[in-house]
Amino acid sequence: MSLLRRILPHPLLFLALLAMWLLLMQSLSPGQLLLGSLVAFGGCWVMVALDPPPVRMRRPQAAIRLAGRVFVDVFRSNVAVGRIILGDAERRTHSGFMSLRLDLTSSYGLAILAVVLTCTPGTQWVHYDPARRVLMLHVLDLVDEKEWVRIIKQRYEALLMEIFE
Amino acid sequence: MNAAAILGWSITLAQVLLVLAMACAAMRFIRGPRAQDRIIGLDTFYVNAMLVLLTLGIRSGATLYFEAALVIGMLGFVGTVALSKFLMRGEVIE
Amino acid sequence: MSAAPDLPLWAALLVSALVIAGALVTLIGSIGLWRLPDFYSRLHAPSLGATLGTGAILIGSMICFSVLQSRPLIHEVLIGLFVTLTTPVTLMLLARASLYRDRVEGNRAAPEHDPEPTEL
Repeated sequence: MSLLRRILPHPLLFLALLAMWLLLMQSLSPGQLLLGSLVAFGGCWVMVALDPPPVRMRRPQAAIRLAGRVFVDVFRSNVAVGRIILGDAERRTHSGFMSLRLDLTSSYGLAILAVVLTCTPGTQWVHYDPARRVLMLHVLDLVDEKEWVRIIKQRYEALLMEIFE
Repeated sequence: MNAAAILGWSITLAQVLLVLAMACAAMRFIRGPRAQDRIIGLDTFYVNAMLVLLTLGIRSGATLYFEAALVIGMLGFVGTVALSKFLMRGEVIE
Repeated sequence: MSAAPDLPLWAALLVSALVIAGALVTLIGSIGLWRLPDFYSRLHAPSLGATLGTGAILIGSMICFSVLQSRPLIHEVLIGLFVTLTTPVTLMLLARASLYRDRVEGNRAAPEHDPEPTEL
């Protein structure tokens, strides 16, 4: 077991990468098996070199709830931003920067929050200051800052803290 | 009108819409006014081109288009990241 | 018209609707790139095409090829994963690069200091 670990540090990642390669190539010929194994082997050692800190997921079911919320919010914000774009010119002038204090400290949680906020049109993650724990955002429809703070803290941050902390 | 014709015409319509979207992105690239506006136009242009390739792939069923879409997506990403880094520091690799 | 795959009618209608909807959302996003007044607002426009636009077209393609059963869906999954992971990175980098430039040049487009955090 330990010998296998030393040659092949992430066996699951190896199998996943090999399976992905074979599916992409749509063949099971020995040549493709060899090439895929080489690629997967390289991928495993890249992972060793990167040495990411381990992920501890407390509650996987909370992650599913978060995915559902993000799915709904992507729809809603797409409609909202589409209406701003196609609406009259006055509505396009409410954009601006805002900051809020985050209680979330886990780096994976912050990364997921960044992806979520940037992928939903209408909010754009600009800068996070880890010393002050302050996040700076650009919001397209900045009428009420408090409303956005409430959305981010209650809809996303609470769930992310439940998952990662 | 059979199912294949409906799908064919809808894909053509989608392609026209996507090419219009590419034109909008290209206009932003040409007009600027600043370098970051041009970069965001270029990035959107890449994503739209990738979507055109996906529609072509649905029509023909060839895997080749999907591979090309992946490559375009990757090139667009690397290009935009390099350009943004250049804007920030004046050099690409720190 | 050049040959489109011969799907059953319900699948053809579903795929058509998804592909057209995706293209329309992408077009709206790109129009936003054209119509929004300043750079930081324009940053919000491409994510329309990158999320809902790409998503709808990819799901249409997945339905099409799972009905045809002609090839595995790995490309769509990879493209979807790739676009969701890369779009935030590019937009965030661009926002920060632009903020940095505006601050160095003393433009009024960007605030001189970070705004004070809003408390509830």
